[in-house]
Amino acid sequence: MKQKIRDILTKHGGLPTPVDQLADDADLYAAGLSSFASVQVMLGIEDAFDVEFPDNLLNRKSFQSIDAITRAVAGLVGNAEAAE
Amino acid sequence: MTVTVGKGLAERAERVSAVAAAHADDVDAKGRFPREAVEAMIAERLLSIQVPVALGGEDASISEIAEVCSVLGQACSAAAMVFAMHHIKLSSLVSHGAGDAWHSAFMRRICDEQLLLASATTEGGIGGNLRNSICAIEIDGDTCRLTKDATVISYGAHADAILITSRAHADAASTDQVMTVFTRDQYTLEQTHVWDTLGMRGTCSDGWLFKGEAPKAQILPKPFAEIAAQSMLATSHLLWSAVWYGIAVNAVARAQAFVRAAARKSPGVTPPGALRLAEASNLLQLVKSNTIAGLKEYEAAKADPDRLSSMGFAVAMNNVKIASSETILAIINQAMLICGIMGYKNGTPFSLGRHLRDAHSAQLMISNDRILGNTSNLLLVHKQDTSLIG
Repeated sequence: MKQKIRDILTKHGGLPTPVDQLADDADLYAAGLSSFASVQVMLGIEDAFDVEFPDNLLNRKSFQSIDAITRAVAGLVGNAEAAE
Repeated sequence: MTVTVGKGLAERAERVSAVAAAHADDVDAKGRFPREAVEAMIAERLLSIQVPVALGGEDASISEIAEVCSVLGQACSAAAMVFAMHHIKLSSLVSHGAGDAWHSAFMRRICDEQLLLASATTEGGIGGNLRNSICAIEIDGDTCRLTKDATVISYGAHADAILITSRAHADAASTDQVMTVFTRDQYTLEQTHVWDTLGMRGTCSDGWLFKGEAPKAQILPKPFAEIAAQSMLATSHLLWSAVWYGIAVNAVARAQAFVRAAARKSPGVTPPGALRLAEASNLLQLVKSNTIAGLKEYEAAKADPDRLSSMGFAVAMNNVKIASSETILAIINQAMLICGIMGYKNGTPFSLGRHLRDAHSAQLMISNDRILGNTSNLLLVHKQDTSLIG
């Protein structure tokens, strides 16, 4: 799942740093994730995992790091093991 | 000293408003700083009402501050906007600096000395996208230094301190920003642009090359992204809307006075402008309701950083700004149609030229196109709140 999320970040995140150089817990906003790009990443994830983010997950915290995105997506696909 | 807000605050605002009204046309004509009004704000200690009581302020809520903005906006848009912008900056300090020694002490100084805060978020090369910076703050031991080509610093020459954005360090991404307080003795300003505009002439929003050096403790402890999302953008849209509402209120008051004068001259005959006045009153109520709803939403979300950072909240605040900035133009135009040539001429009791020119700034200060673009992006994932009162 994390690799898939990394691929989506590479494609839609518009980050100046290559995504494979970012740690799972690195702050994506500090790495240059803009609010516009974060929405594009959400759309990419919704499509890739066939989920829809509820409003309570549509905030900065859910997209703060690859770990945070993984937790949010894992909660949505209802499969916590997938986060491992 | 404890000062009670409420009725007392309203009276203090009215006294400042009277001073602002007396000089509004001169401020506009000369494009000069509304110093009499700002001196009156200082005399009434209005610059520190938002600061917590524990730090010497009055704990005024956003709604109370908005009410003062509206009262001042009815007299002089420029004075009201200076007051609004000062409190928008102060909201960042109150929300994000209260736990921090330097910023707490600075808030005490704001109370004691009634310091006026200005903002430097725009920069040459990035346009109006304040969530991006080119300049970076340089940290050298306990000192920080910053040079910024600030294309707009409203009342920069008249402020006692400037809150300025920059990248967090030399290698930071353009969106990785911090905000730093520099006091007047810690910076120099070299003028690069002159503010000679259609309206809002008295905000003196000239361009400046800013060069500052200060202890690094003056950098606000939170990333600017959070400050923007949790205090600055919301308070900007709300307090600006309150100022704009005030401008529209005064335009409608002038139009109503015109219609009533006509009605008194020929009793039994409905004056031609009466129907348009009813329409203007309807639009004015929409702006008022919209602004109040936004203020209530902010008050309710204030203690919850997650809610403040949520998309739903951002969409709601964006919508408040779009609606009020567009609707006041329709209202003032309607008032102009009612007052006719007496509204078009300067120097009559029904003059509306200044109102109309000032109101035209509303769609541009953070361009509505940019805000709509931001909302349209959020709506790709954010789901609409379908409840009426929830």
